[in-house]
Amino acid sequence: MKDSPMVTMKAARAVQENPSVKTLYFDYGLGARPGQFVMLWLPGVGERPMSISYCTRERFGVSVADVGGFSSAVMKVKEGDAVGFRGPFGTSFKLGKEKAIALVSGGCGCAPLAFLADEALAKGKKAFYLQGARSKGMLFFTERMRKAGAEVLVSTDDGSAGKKGFVTELLREVLQKNKVDKICTCGPEIMMKKVVDISNEFKLPCDISMERYMKCGIGICGQCCVDPLGIRMCTEGPVIKKETAKKITEFGKYRRDASGRRVPI
Amino acid sequence: MLQTELAGVKLANPTILASGIMGVSGASLSLIAKNGAGAVTSKSISLEPRKGHPNPVIVTYGQGMMNAVGLSNAGVKDSIPELEYAVKNAGVPVIASAVEFKAENFGALTKEISKANPALIELNISCPNVSHEFGKPFSHDPAAAEWVTRSAKRNTKIPIFVKLSPNTPDLLEVAHAVKSAGADGITAINTVGPGMQIDIFARRPVLSNKCGGVSGPAIKPVAVKCIYDIYKETKLPIIGTGGVTTGADAVEFIMAGASAVAMGTGIYYRGLDIFAKVCKEMQEFMEKEGFSSIKEMRGVAHEG
Ligand SMILES: Cc1cc2nc3c(=O)[nH]c(=O)nc-3n(C[C@H](O)[C@H](O)[C@H](O)COP(=O)(O)O)c2cc1C
Ligand code: FES
Repeated sequence: MKDSPMVTMKAARAVQENPSVKTLYFDYGLGARPGQFVMLWLPGVGERPMSISYCTRERFGVSVADVGGFSSAVMKVKEGDAVGFRGPFGTSFKLGKEKAIALVSGGCGCAPLAFLADEALAKGKKAFYLQGARSKGMLFFTERMRKAGAEVLVSTDDGSAGKKGFVTELLREVLQKNKVDKICTCGPEIMMKKVVDISNEFKLPCDISMERYMKCGIGICGQCCVDPLGIRMCTEGPVIKKETAKKITEFGKYRRDASGRRVPI
Repeated sequence: MLQTELAGVKLANPTILASGIMGVSGASLSLIAKNGAGAVTSKSISLEPRKGHPNPVIVTYGQGMMNAVGLSNAGVKDSIPELEYAVKNAGVPVIASAVEFKAENFGALTKEISKANPALIELNISCPNVSHEFGKPFSHDPAAAEWVTRSAKRNTKIPIFVKLSPNTPDLLEVAHAVKSAGADGITAINTVGPGMQIDIFARRPVLSNKCGGVSGPAIKPVAVKCIYDIYKETKLPIIGTGGVTTGADAVEFIMAGASAVAMGTGIYYRGLDIFAKVCKEMQEFMEKEGFSSIKEMRGVAHEG
């Protein structure tokens, strides 16, 4: 019978990527696809959905940004600590015959896109890895992506690294100068909305990763359903086509909290 | 062939979405209706909003699932528009599930929920995973169950179903009590237990609440027995619930005495379209076995 058991094991590595982001690695063949997530469990603390930032046949990683609560507890996890996970769950970014793709992230959204870039590069595609952050100290995976062979472009709000301004401006420049076949994006919804607009301008397909409050992660509790389609972001998402996002009226506007009440984004 | 009726409410088929699964919003309830359900039940609604228990709240195991969601809901004020949306858009009868923790609140809650005009109201008096917060469920006490049902009945014209717990030796006394209080039907069963899963590497229970109600295929035989007994004792319309994943399971429930069959955990095993699948399987069975209606099949296990 179908089962999604909690797997608990020692974290094989715990890497501080920058002052506020930590990646936990597990020696486990998760078999995930880029864009999917696990429900990460810190025994005695809680459980949250985390997108997979790294995945090979025998190892996977999740990257967590410190935004208080559960994520602050993740900052204290050391190699050898017992951590649980259920998954992988959800939909993934789809790659087909594209020769070049642009991956556009804001904040921690770069995590699943790094995994996606690995896969695209392994398939011989060109990958533009566009990363927006508040400041230099908030960036991570930039070096990993450069080494992997991606074309890395960075923007920061304060200009402390890369271009000062929005990552969407970088995207426009890349699209003007290069032939790109598809865009994939993950980050704040306001940013992703802008990315979708630009993809429309350039008539390019675009996948987005849309996150909602999750309880079960397996399509049962209904907490992550979006209006007015009613589809579950843990199962029919988090990665959706821009055509689907267009039909989701709450995209960029509101989400539901733990009780199910609407809160503005 | 698959039409059925619950206290005067007509359903095109006997499959129903069980409370607490996919029932957070009007949009999700409507989506389930599109997937073939004959009726849909909302997540249990209380007067005040509730966040529920912290994650993890759900864990699966070999034959089922344990949950301690903790009756999270947006509260009646924010839930009314969701119910109204479902009543308007789902295209099938909407059942509003109501839960409260003080017996004296059920009247006011029923009155509020009635404003959304659902086809039925289901009183959830049987949730096993918040008992440490609130003492024993009303469904374990015939007098309390009777009192709660009566006060709900007094506050609405909409038919009332009462959802019972299998976790009490007094199930039939409770069934009698709610019938004498005027209940129009009974939903059985809520989750079993509660149960517990201990993670041997973390050396502690997985659920933050430590324990949770058991659902899914593991509890099906318990549900069949409860339905059988309640039918025999009360002859009230019954929404049978607990571990149904196939048309054969649904037929078994009907033969035990259910008029309709609610499914929740089954969505995990067979997808959102489990409702359409189960209907198709029921119909195939009925054609083969020469049954022409649900009514004809209902309770046949009691004959002979
Ligand atoms: C995640 C989850 C949440 C539930 N929440 C509620 C609830 O809010 N109200 C209620 O009356 N029953 C609730 N239940 C119980 C179900 O409605 C149903 O009675 C039980 O799960 C057995 O049916 P199943 O095996 O088809 O899931 C919940 C069950 C699950 C699995
Ligand atoms: S998190 Fe429960 S349905 Fe998506």
